[in-house]
Amino acid sequence: MNNTVTDTDQIASINIDQDKPHEQTVEEIVASLGDTVGETRVDNPKMSCTGVDVFYADKQAIFGVDLDIGENEVISMIGPSGCGKSTLLRCLNRMNDTIPICKVTGKLTLDGDDIYDKKTDPVLLRARVGMVFQKPNPFPKSIYENVAYGPRLHGLSRNKADLDDIVVTSLKKASIFDEVKDRLDQPGTGLSGGQQQRLCIARTIACSPEVILMDEPCSALDPIATAKIEELIDELRENYSIAIVTHSMQQAARVSQRTAYFHLGKLVEVGKTDDIFTNPRHELTENYITGRFG
Amino acid sequence: MSTEERTITQVVEASIKRRYAREKRFRLYGLIAILASLSFLAMLITTITYRGLPAFTQTFIKLDVTLDQQTLGVNDQPDIAELRKANYSGTIKNSLLTLFPDVKKRNDKKALYKLVSKGGQYELQRLVIEDPELVGDTISVWLPVGDDVNSYLKGSIDASLPEKKRRFKDNQIEWLKTLESNDQIAQRFNKTFFERGDSREPEMAGIKGALFGSVLTLMVTLILSFPIAVAAAVYLEEFAPKNRWTDLIEVNINNLAAVPSIVFGLLGLAVFINFFHLPRSAPVVGGLVLSLMTLPTIIISSRAALKSVPPSIRDAALGLGASRLQVVFHHVLPLAMPGILTGTIIGMAQALGETAPLLMIGMVAFIVDVPTAVTDPATVLPVQIFQWADLPEKGFVEKTSAAIMVLLGFLVMMNALAVYLRKKFERKW
Amino acid sequence: MTISLLLLLIFILAAAAYVIGRARALSLARQNSDRRALHSLPRYYGYMTAIWTTVPALALLALWSIFESGILTSLVTKQLPEEIRLLPANQLALVVNDIKNLAVGNISTSASDPVRITAADNYNTLVAKAHWARAILSIAAAIAGLFFGLRSITLHKRARVFVERSIMVFLIACSCIAILTTVGIVFSVLFESLRFFGKVPFTEFVFGLHWSPQTAIRADQVGSSGSFGAIPIFAGTLLISAIAMLVAVPFGLMSAIYLAEYASPRVRAWVKPLLEILAGIPTVVYGFFAALTMAPWIRNIGESIGLTVASESALAAGLVMGIMIIPFVSSLSDDVISAVPQAMRDGSLGLGATKSETIKKVVIPAALPGIVGGILLAVSRAIGETMIVVMAAGLAANLTINPLEAVTTVTVQIVTLLTGDQAFDSAKTLAAFALGLMLFVTTLILNIIALRTVRKYREQYE
Repeated sequence: MNNTVTDTDQIASINIDQDKPHEQTVEEIVASLGDTVGETRVDNPKMSCTGVDVFYADKQAIFGVDLDIGENEVISMIGPSGCGKSTLLRCLNRMNDTIPICKVTGKLTLDGDDIYDKKTDPVLLRARVGMVFQKPNPFPKSIYENVAYGPRLHGLSRNKADLDDIVVTSLKKASIFDEVKDRLDQPGTGLSGGQQQRLCIARTIACSPEVILMDEPCSALDPIATAKIEELIDELRENYSIAIVTHSMQQAARVSQRTAYFHLGKLVEVGKTDDIFTNPRHELTENYITGRFG
Repeated sequence: MSTEERTITQVVEASIKRRYAREKRFRLYGLIAILASLSFLAMLITTITYRGLPAFTQTFIKLDVTLDQQTLGVNDQPDIAELRKANYSGTIKNSLLTLFPDVKKRNDKKALYKLVSKGGQYELQRLVIEDPELVGDTISVWLPVGDDVNSYLKGSIDASLPEKKRRFKDNQIEWLKTLESNDQIAQRFNKTFFERGDSREPEMAGIKGALFGSVLTLMVTLILSFPIAVAAAVYLEEFAPKNRWTDLIEVNINNLAAVPSIVFGLLGLAVFINFFHLPRSAPVVGGLVLSLMTLPTIIISSRAALKSVPPSIRDAALGLGASRLQVVFHHVLPLAMPGILTGTIIGMAQALGETAPLLMIGMVAFIVDVPTAVTDPATVLPVQIFQWADLPEKGFVEKTSAAIMVLLGFLVMMNALAVYLRKKFERKW
Repeated sequence: MTISLLLLLIFILAAAAYVIGRARALSLARQNSDRRALHSLPRYYGYMTAIWTTVPALALLALWSIFESGILTSLVTKQLPEEIRLLPANQLALVVNDIKNLAVGNISTSASDPVRITAADNYNTLVAKAHWARAILSIAAAIAGLFFGLRSITLHKRARVFVERSIMVFLIACSCIAILTTVGIVFSVLFESLRFFGKVPFTEFVFGLHWSPQTAIRADQVGSSGSFGAIPIFAGTLLISAIAMLVAVPFGLMSAIYLAEYASPRVRAWVKPLLEILAGIPTVVYGFFAALTMAPWIRNIGESIGLTVASESALAAGLVMGIMIIPFVSSLSDDVISAVPQAMRDGSLGLGATKSETIKKVVIPAALPGIVGGILLAVSRAIGETMIVVMAAGLAANLTINPLEAVTTVTVQIVTLLTGDQAFDSAKTLAAFALGLMLFVTTLILNIIALRTVRKYREQYE
């Protein structure tokens, strides 16, 4: 069964990091990294994190992160594996509620409302903050049913025509409609990897979210499919705020306006993508971007 | 844009309460399902225990029995055969009559004699045969009480009923009270239950015969099924080429694991008894049938155990020049042994609880003697339970429940052993 | 000489053969002044000699034991006076049985019959002779094998290969036992069933509406021919199985869902083994419970609301059987539900589905083939379950769908038909085998479909 959550891999890798014969503990290294370099805040934040710590049981995975996600911007999160970028992303729509040992402290807001507040409802939050996963995970249902799933759950359509409309629009927005319009009743699992991932994006769009979180959406895809998805992300920026975790620095450079660099669970540097890639201010960022480690 | 978003949030919010109610309900159904199953388990175990516990104690009556030659009907120097046939019940009756000299009428005498179980005479017989010197002496012995006394003392006979309607009469109650006030009545651990074979008298019936039958049957099962299953598993997992024949074997094994047990009984009846003329009711046939039944279970778990030994171990040994058989017998098999043993114990536990196929091969006969060889007619514990469950006497209900408790006790021990083995030798590669 | 003593002797010979064979190989090597001149390690020569000693002797012994009883019986029969020998087969069998009983010293009704007493004496001497012959022959075979094995030891004899080949043959033979068992089952039920269908037409059996297998023992008795229409039995089996599944499927499935999706690891660690206890309780215990507690209880409830309930109602047996199957359904479903990739759940939760919506709309549909396979296996188990119904269901073959009435099942009939004292080839006992055939075929089909579905499902997510 290789279907366990990606986070468990990350828990493992964090452990491995700590098991290495470091002279310093992770906490000490993190402390030595100093404050985050660059602009953590933006003028029109859609979501914002303030002093976010995340723990897996006793192990701390995220250390005091401050970060804003602006309206209609694409922000990419980069860093070596196990740096906590996926963990932070999953905090943004409370997906790590599904992991019992995971604990989040600090303040995360969506439109100024605390999303970890008792009154906030994770179901509503996830409808507003959609997520696309690393491996394409269409449901074993027809393409139509895959896209109609969210609207049906939330009662977004009044009748069948309404629902058809939402499905078609979503598929069009995810630029996959032309490829699948003749076989909407066939299983989504029969599509190619890239198509599956775009179907998953269409599925997310169908819920009319305000923010879309993407966790390495292209890591399982070939370059052509990746290019299509990147194009799509750029188009989607008009209507949504997008946070994307990626391993590929080129991808970050191509699709995002801002970039955040994480190291060992600490946000090291954040700023305009151009600045980060041409003129990194922190030594670790520079090392990573120039390929000295990662 | 933003107006539309608001409305969507509102749409979701409008239905959210209902959705959460559904969520709660669904979760509750799951909880109810589990609680219902577990409470049934609790109910089953408490009912059985409640009914069965009294069977582990037995009421005894203390009597001074005079073993005079005249009543016993033996001569001065009796030999064993004579002692066996002697009239022990007469001495017991005499002793009862001395205790209650007022009893004169025939019917009353009969009622009085019923206070002591028929098993009492066997107890005396045992004592005298052990020590023939006792003849002529007066000894003080504790003898088991009759079934009716037992039922009365355990409350299954309602004393408030009119005398005619109950089996235990007023004068018997009187006698019992006198005996009790003389400290001649006592509750003791029921050794009879573990020391005797089947009997038609509930207070004399024991599970020793069935236990021995079960042990003999399981022995045959283990001796046959363990080596064969391990050999089959080793072949299928380590050597078998992937072809139609091995596919067929695999399908057969998986299917046999799900064939109803009674069909194995039919096989045993038709093949072992009618074709090979093996003796009916014998543990050897029972063992044969049960080993065919448990083979798939053991094979499947042995294969899983063999599979979990990493290939690197095989490669290492092969690399040192060991033959494939040597690799398996020197390295792989020892490493897989805990898993194989766990599977075997579970298979044996299944075999121990199995009833239906044994009915087919005649292990359902009424057998008093304790079997000592695999060809002796015998019965097994579950079949004994089945037989007792059918008997009308009140006393057998508690015997049945007690036998079930013993059976469940053995099963719990076997499963605990399996769990212990699994925990102790669990290995992460 | 008893068989165990004989076996012991053969094994002592085998041990001796090992020692001698090994010594001979060593001395051969010594003559050659180089131990490595031997093809295999010396102990393999020992093993080889031991194999030659035991295998032929044991094979002979096995064959002898299989045919001894048949041959002895026919020998004894031959010496019986003609008027007995010409009796019909089943009466002759009774006589032979009497003789055998006499021979082992059991008191028999016909103990005074001189013909039988001489026959019994005759039988006893034959048995004694046969046992001596058996002992001498198998020991001779063992010794011959020993010498053959010793003679075959040479420097270049590939003893290890021989030993490994022999072990391989043993392994292969063991793995074929599964096939032999299936073949044995098929033949044993098929042959007797064919004999049955020779007496009762197949169509009457399968489509007949009336079942009363009580045939008279003597041909001149009234109502001597029973009727063998099995429809009421099939219907009864289906009724009880259906009640069982109505209990087992919802409870089992919901328990599995709760355990797989909601329960904390600690709860799971406790509840799972407890449910497995339910599965490990012998069926005879369930039967006792059904007959003694559940049936009266249902009856009381039914009567208190004015229903007539049979004391051996289908409901009581079905309910208890359902409870017995709950852990079976739940553990199979638990496996398939846990095999659904977490990514599916994440995808659904990420769209804002609640947990129960995710389970109902994504997890269960994805796991459905596996669950259906598990349920089919459970049905097959319900149909084949014996003890509960033998103890708690009725004997009368009523054709009804009222769960409060008593019905009978295939397994109950098999048990009652075969545990009575009847000549083995009466239509009554043969009917049990015909029912056994039906049972085997039905469960076989269910099992194969179920195992296929489950396997396909597993492959999908592996």
